[in-house]
Amino acid sequence: MNKKYLYGGVGLFDSPDDIIKAASETSEKGFKKFDVHTPYPVHGMDSAMKLKPSKLAYFSLVFGLTGTFSALALMYWTSSIDYPVIIGGKPFFSFPAYVPIMFELTVLLAAVMTVVTLISIFFKFPNISHPLHDTQYMKAVSSDRYGICIEPDENHTIEEIELFLKSLGAKDITKIYYDDEELKYKNVILQPKFLLFLALIAVIVSGATYFSLNKLMFMQPFNWMREQAKVIPQESSAFFTDGFGMRMPVEGTVARENLPYLFKNQPEEAGKFLINPLEANEENLNLGKKKYDIYCSPCHGYFGEGDSRLRGQFPNPPSIHSEKVRNWSDGRIFHVVTEGQNIMPSYSTQLTNNERWATILYLRVLQRSFNAKESDLR
Amino acid sequence: MSSIDYSRELSVIEGKPALREIDDLIAKPLETKPNIKFFIGLGITLTMLAIGVIAIGLSFYYGTGLWGNNNPVGWGFPIVNFVFWVGIGHAGTLISAILFLLRQKWRNGIARFAEGMTIFAVMTALIFPLIHVGRPWLAGYLMPYPNQHSLWVNFTSPLLWDVFAVSTYFTVSFIFWYVGLIPDFAVLRDRTKTKIKKAIYSVFSLGWRNSNRHWQHYEMVYLVLAGFATPLVLSVHTIVSFDFAVSILPGWHTTIFPPYFVAGAVFSGFAMVQNVLIVIRKVFNYEHIITIDTLEKMNKIIVLTGTLVGYAYAMEFFIAWYSGVQAEQFTFVNRAFGPYAWAYWIMITCNVVFPQLFWSKKIRRSIPVMFVIAVFVNVGMWFERFVITVTSLSRDFLPSSWAYYTPTLTDFGILIGSFGFFFTFVLLFSKTLPVVSIAEVKAVVDGSQPSHEGH
Repeated sequence: MNKKYLYGGVGLFDSPDDIIKAASETSEKGFKKFDVHTPYPVHGMDSAMKLKPSKLAYFSLVFGLTGTFSALALMYWTSSIDYPVIIGGKPFFSFPAYVPIMFELTVLLAAVMTVVTLISIFFKFPNISHPLHDTQYMKAVSSDRYGICIEPDENHTIEEIELFLKSLGAKDITKIYYDDEELKYKNVILQPKFLLFLALIAVIVSGATYFSLNKLMFMQPFNWMREQAKVIPQESSAFFTDGFGMRMPVEGTVARENLPYLFKNQPEEAGKFLINPLEANEENLNLGKKKYDIYCSPCHGYFGEGDSRLRGQFPNPPSIHSEKVRNWSDGRIFHVVTEGQNIMPSYSTQLTNNERWATILYLRVLQRSFNAKESDLR
Repeated sequence: MSSIDYSRELSVIEGKPALREIDDLIAKPLETKPNIKFFIGLGITLTMLAIGVIAIGLSFYYGTGLWGNNNPVGWGFPIVNFVFWVGIGHAGTLISAILFLLRQKWRNGIARFAEGMTIFAVMTALIFPLIHVGRPWLAGYLMPYPNQHSLWVNFTSPLLWDVFAVSTYFTVSFIFWYVGLIPDFAVLRDRTKTKIKKAIYSVFSLGWRNSNRHWQHYEMVYLVLAGFATPLVLSVHTIVSFDFAVSILPGWHTTIFPPYFVAGAVFSGFAMVQNVLIVIRKVFNYEHIITIDTLEKMNKIIVLTGTLVGYAYAMEFFIAWYSGVQAEQFTFVNRAFGPYAWAYWIMITCNVVFPQLFWSKKIRRSIPVMFVIAVFVNVGMWFERFVITVTSLSRDFLPSSWAYYTPTLTDFGILIGSFGFFFTFVLLFSKTLPVVSIAEVKAVVDGSQPSHEGH
C-alpha cells in the first residue's frame, strides 16, 4: 500500500441550525479552505460561509446579448447583403420581423452557455474523482445529514482541525485521503480515458454531421416522382431494336433558328455571299452587347483589344481593331464565329444565327469607337 | 368568525417525512423491477405507437394523399395535432419557471414530472410539421446554414420563427430539466449498490458533491434559467399563433391570438399534467408529496385559464361584429352554426362550461371529478385547434373554393400514434429517472430550513 495523501477532516451534523452555526464559526476562525455539504441548498448558508454573491448572471447577460446581436447580424447579412430576395414587397431589412428570432436566439445562447459556464468553469465539472467521492461522508450528506469539510492550511494542522470539529459538536469526524488514481491525474481533463472519450465524441459528431448533410439529405426513400414509368432522355430502352430510348429526328429536320451552315470550310465564299440580316437598332445592339460580354469578352476583352481575362491560360487573341478584321465583311466574321479559327472554338451551339449577327453588329460598334472619324465626333 | 392565522405558511409536504424516507420513496421505482401493470401499460402505449408508425409509414409510401387534407384545408390534422402537443408542453415550463419566480413552494413536488412531460410533448409535436412537409428528409434546409444552393431561409416568415421558437423551447426545457436532475443523480449514485448503475449515475451527476459553494451558483443558474424560460414559454405559443395570425384569413387574422393561444396552452397543459399526476401519485404512493392541496391549486389555474379562453371566444365574436368586416362576421357565424357547429359546441362545452365546476371547493378536491374534467379539457382544447384550423380554411373568401374536410383513418392512426409516443416516454421516464425532484422536495419539508434563532 502506498503512502496516502491527506485531503482534510470532515464532520457531520444533524440539523440545519447546527450546520449554519458551524459554518459561521468556521469562517470566523480563519480556515481558508473549507466547504459545507448539504443535501439541498440551506437558506442563509452563503452569508454564514461569507461567500460573495454568484457572478454567474453577468455571464448570462453577455451571452444573451451575443445571441441577440449575432441573430440580427445573421439576418441582416443573409437577407440584405448575401442574397437579397423581395418578400411581400417589404424592405430587405425588415426589423420587426426579425424580433422573434432575435429573442429566441438570445434565450437559446444565454441558457446553453450559462449552463456550460456553470458546469465547466464554476463547478470545474465533470470531475468524478474527487477525494470526497465514495466516502461514507458523501453518502450521508447526499441523503439526510449536513457536513463540513476543512482542509489543512499553513496555520492549521489536521489535528487542530479535528479538535475544532469536536468543539463544534460534530459527529463521525474522519480524515479523508486522496485515492492513488486521483493523484495520478491531477488534471482530470488529461486522463487518457477522458481524452479517448472526447475523441470518440468528435468522430461521432463529425461523422453524423457529414452523413446527415451530405448523404442523408440526398437519400430519398420513395422518390417516385423522379422515377416514373417512362423513358427519360439518354436512357436505353429494349422497346426499339437499336436499344436507344430516344428517337432520331426525321431526316432533314432542322432546329429552330439554326439553319444549317452552307459555307463549311469556305471562309472566302462566306465573306462574299453572307449578308447581315439584322438592322443596327438599339434592341439588336443590346442583344449583341449581352452576348459579346458573355461569350467573347473573356478572351477578346470587353473592348475587343485582346486583353484576355484568363491570365495566360489561353494565348491572347489578336485585337479585333486590326486593319484586317476591320476590312472583313460581316459574313467573313460570321464564318469565324460559326466555325472557330485557330484556337477559338465554334460558337454555333451557344449562339443562334441571329445572336451571332447581333454580336457582329456590336463588334462593328466597338471597331468604330476605336477608329472614330472626324464626322463621328459631332 | 373564528380567526385564522394567515401568516402561518402551510406545509406543502404532508406528514413531515424524514429526509431519508424521501430518498427511499422517490428512488423506489428505480430500484425495484417493474411489475406486470407497468408492462400492460407499456404494451398499450407501444401498440398505439405501432399504429402511428404504420400510419406514417403508409403515408410515406403512398404519399400524403392518404390524409384528409384537401385543397382549401391544406393544414388539417397535422397542424391541429402540432399546436395541441406544443400546448401540452406549456404547463411544464409554467410550473418550473413562472411558479419558481413567484416562489410557489408547492410546485417543487410536481415540477420534475411536468418538465419531463414538456420535453415529451414537444418531441411529439415535432413529428407533425416534419411529416406535414411531405418530405421530412429535407427538413435540414430549415436551418440557416451555408448550403450549396447559396440560399438562405426566409427570416420574415412566421413558419421559420416557429422553427426557432420550438427548437429553442425544446433545448432550454431539456437543459432546465437536466440541471434539476444533477443533484438527484448524485443521490442515486450514493445509494445504488450495482456497479453499472453507479457508473451511469456517476457520469450523469458529473461529480456533484452537494457542496454549498456549488449550491450557491446552482441556485443562481436556476433563477437565471427560470428568468429566461418565463418569456420563452410565453413566446412559443405566441409564435405558434403567429402562424395563423400573420396570415389574412378571416378567423385567423386577429390580434387576440397570442394571449389567447398562451392561455389555451397553459389550460390544456395543466389538464394533461393533472391527469398523469393523479395516476402517478396513486401508483407510487406520493400522496403526501403531491398533495391534494397541490392538485387543488392546479385546478384553480385550470379554472382561471379556462375562463380566459372563454373570454377570448366571446371577444372574437364581439370583434367580428364590431369590426364590420363581412368576411370576419361570416366566419364566426359559420363556426358556431355552419357545418362544423358540432366541433364548435364540443369545444365550448369542454373548455368553457365544465371547468367552471371548479368554483366549488368540493369538486376542486375530488380526485375522480377533477380527472374527468381534465380529460374533457384536453378533448376540448384539441377541438379548439381543430375549429380554428379547419373552419377558417374550409370556407374562406371565395364560395367557389369551399370544401368540407373529412379526416381519414390514416389521420386518426397518426393521432393515436402520437399519444402512444408520448405515453411510452412518460412510462419509461417514470421507471428510469426520479419523477419527483429529491433535492427540491427536501428543501420544502417542514423543519428543513434553519429557524434563524436570534435573527
